[in-house]
Amino acid sequence: MDEEWYDDDAGPVVRPYAVTGGRTRPAANRALELVALVSTTEHGRAMVRTLDPEQRNIVLLCQSIQSIAEISAQLSLPVGVARVLVGDMIDAGLVRVTRPARPSERPDVTLMEKVLDGLQTL
Amino acid sequence: MDYRPSRPHTVGSQVTNPAPSPAPSPVKIIIAGGFGAGKTTFVGTVSEIPPLTTEAALTSASLGIDDTSQVSTKTTTTVAMDFGRITLLDSVILYLFGTPGQDRFWFMWDELVLGAIGAIVLVDTRRLADSFPAVDYFEERDIPFLVAVNRFEGAREYRLDEVRKALDVDPRRPIIFCDARRRESVRQALVALVRHSLDVVTSEEAQRGLPRAGSRVD
Repeated sequence: MDEEWYDDDAGPVVRPYAVTGGRTRPAANRALELVALVSTTEHGRAMVRTLDPEQRNIVLLCQSIQSIAEISAQLSLPVGVARVLVGDMIDAGLVRVTRPARPSERPDVTLMEKVLDGLQTL
Repeated sequence: MDYRPSRPHTVGSQVTNPAPSPAPSPVKIIIAGGFGAGKTTFVGTVSEIPPLTTEAALTSASLGIDDTSQVSTKTTTTVAMDFGRITLLDSVILYLFGTPGQDRFWFMWDELVLGAIGAIVLVDTRRLADSFPAVDYFEERDIPFLVAVNRFEGAREYRLDEVRKALDVDPRRPIIFCDARRRESVRQALVALVRHSLDVVTSEEAQRGLPRAGSRVD
C-alpha cells in the first residue's frame, strides 16, 4: 500500500467502509476505472445465495454488464467502495471485468472510428 | 458450450446473460460547461438509461491542476457526477459524464478526463463567462473539445463567429449550435466531437511520423 487513502481526521467516513472490511483499495492495487465494465460469471450466479448482501446485489445487477460508475449509482455506494467490492469479487471469480484498453490515453483510432460509426447509425 | 444455459430452470433475466462474445469496450466523453448550461439535459436526451448520479470521495493530493490548487495538503471531498450510457454497435459502450459544476471540484476533472475521447463544452450565451473555466481547462491540457452553443428560449441569437470571438478560442476549434433537449441535435454534437478527436489523433500521429493505424502496440 503505497499511500494512505484516509487519515486520522477522516472520522465520519467509517460507516460506508465497514462493508469492505475497512480497506479502501482493492486487492493487487487495482484502481478500477469508472467505466471498467463488470459482468457476473457463472460461478457468481451459482454462489449468489451464499454471498453478503453487497456482493449479492452486485452479482444480480451485473447479469447485464455494468460499469463501476453504474454499480456505485445503482446501489448507492461511494465509488471507492464499489471498487473495493468488485476488486474482491474478481479475486473470488464472482465477476469478470473489462477495463479500457488504454486507461490513461485517448482510445486508439480503430476504437474511435467504431464510436463514430456507432453514433452515426444511432 | 458455455453460452447455453445448462440448467433449463434458470429463470428470467438470468438466461439473457450476454454470451462472452467480443469483449465490450468502454469509452467516455465529458460534458462540461457552467452551472445551468444544460449538461444534465444533454446527457439525459441520448442516454439509454435515466441519468444516474454517483458520488466519488476523492483526494485532491495528486496534481496541482491550477494555480489556486497548488497546495501540498491533502483534502477529501465528495463530488456528485451525473452520467449516462449509450450502447453502440460492435460492443462499444459510450458513457457521458457531466462535470461537477462548482469550481472547487476542478481538481477531480483529471480523473474524469483521463482516457476520454474528448469533451463538449456547453455554452449558454446569456452566461458566456461561466464557460471560460472549462475552455481554459481543456485548452491547457490539449484535450480535444468542441464548443456547443445550447439554444435557450428567449436568449438572443448570436452568430457562431461572435461566440468564437467572445470565448477567444482557436479558429480551428469546432463551434456548433446544439439543442440539448433534442436527441438528433445531441447526437450530431457527439459525432462532431468524435470526428474532431480523430482529426487531432491523426494529425498528432502524422507529426510524429507514425503510421495511421490502430494496429500500433503501445
